[in-house]
Amino acid sequence: MFTKGLGLLTALLFTLSVSAQHEHATVMHANDSTESHEQKFAPGPFIMDHIGDAYEWHILDQGDFHLSVPLPVIVYSQSSGLNVFMSSHFHHGHESYKGFSIAHDGDHKGKVVELVGDEEIVPLDLSITKNVVSLFVSVIILMWIFFSIAARYKANPKSSPKGLQSLLEPLIMFVRDDIAKASIGHHYMKFTPYLLTIFFFIFFNNLMGLIPIFPFGANLTGNIAVTMVLAVLTFLITTFVGNKAYWTHIINAPGVPWWLKFPVPLMPVVELMGVLTKPFVLMVRLFANITAGHIIALGFFSLIFIFGEINVGLGYGVSILSVAFTIFMTMLELLVALIQAYVFTLLSALYFGMAMEEHHEH
Amino acid sequence: MQLVTPGIGLVFWMLVTFLTVLFLLTKFAWKPILNMIKEREDHIDNALKSANEARNEMAKLQADNEKILAEARKERDAILKEARETQDMIIAEAKHTAKAEAEKMVKAAQSAIESEKNAALASIKQQIVQLSIEVAENVLRKELSSETKQSGLMNDMLKDIKLN
Repeated sequence: MFTKGLGLLTALLFTLSVSAQHEHATVMHANDSTESHEQKFAPGPFIMDHIGDAYEWHILDQGDFHLSVPLPVIVYSQSSGLNVFMSSHFHHGHESYKGFSIAHDGDHKGKVVELVGDEEIVPLDLSITKNVVSLFVSVIILMWIFFSIAARYKANPKSSPKGLQSLLEPLIMFVRDDIAKASIGHHYMKFTPYLLTIFFFIFFNNLMGLIPIFPFGANLTGNIAVTMVLAVLTFLITTFVGNKAYWTHIINAPGVPWWLKFPVPLMPVVELMGVLTKPFVLMVRLFANITAGHIIALGFFSLIFIFGEINVGLGYGVSILSVAFTIFMTMLELLVALIQAYVFTLLSALYFGMAMEEHHEH
Repeated sequence: MQLVTPGIGLVFWMLVTFLTVLFLLTKFAWKPILNMIKEREDHIDNALKSANEARNEMAKLQADNEKILAEARKERDAILKEARETQDMIIAEAKHTAKAEAEKMVKAAQSAIESEKNAALASIKQQIVQLSIEVAENVLRKELSSETKQSGLMNDMLKDIKLN
């Protein structure tokens, strides 16, 4: 441990001494450059661009060369009807096409807007964005894996699991026994397919978000729209399977003094808020955890460019630390990927269990 | 703000895709997989149970065998013991009989010897008497062969007889 720390320190000192020689040249260059303002590295927008959604899948930039995969834009507005075209028509957001363009600022920054007369309107936007492509890729992988496993189960019933099957069977058993059975109880088999789907959907997408190579690396489970859909589905199931005891407990909680319910229905309001808070917390927890992981990794990489702008050598020096920290964070994120999938699934199962619980005594 | 505002497009695609995947996975993956796992679990349970039963059965059989063996051994011991006793008894009886027989024989021999001896003695006595008579006869015949000798004897005798 000590020698490792010493090595890092030596590397840092070395880069600092090298950077001192370069400083003069960099300052000269900065003075020469008239476009220094535009070239300046801005970590904020850089990070936000990466964790947000996009109409094209940006792979790399080298000077004026932009490598990105154009994706279809599908927009519908009352003025121009349905329009489907590739995002390459926007030329990376610099041009407008058929009156549509990507807003550079304002409330709809980054979204496709339509210019009707002088007014900017937001059309119904069902574009296949970067996150949608990532979603498709993930579900294709998900179905491919589980269909092939299911085929093996059918082909070799009653034999011990092999290969991918033996990797995933413990997880399937874990979701069935330790999440569904433990939290829901008697009727757990009805919910197990849903719990398995959300568990593996979240887990696979969390992992795919950690792979920084196309077509992975999108921040799908760190997108609020995705977590919202998942949370709303859990909320809807909870609401529909809720039995009499569950609703009684919300509207007329037993064992609570009457003056807390009448004339001001304090307890029912609190209980109802609790019902809505549960899915909201589910949504925010997954979104925040995964987004935070991406932000931290990108933050470490931004440090390289921030220091690199001050001095090229310093940038190289910092890159060692940044890569080391990012590796550490990625290890942590691997854990978080599993934990968040587990937490989301467990809490969903607990809510189902609560909604179906029979209250015999109070 | 953009970060926490759900995009309607993504919500739409997510909902459609997720529900489709949920349906497809449930129908073609989870149901078969869960059923197969359940079936296998039951199968393993049954196999374990029957193995256990078989083991118990084996143990019972072994115990039975042991018991039968022990019984047989006991029976053998009893038979052997009985045989030995019988043997001893027969030998003892034989000895006893032989002894009694021998005693009887000895007694009979003794009495036979006694009677033989008595008979022999009696016969010897008879012989002696006969011989004595014969000798006496011979002597007498010689003594009384002449008139003189007879008168001499008469005289002797008469001399002895004192007429009182």
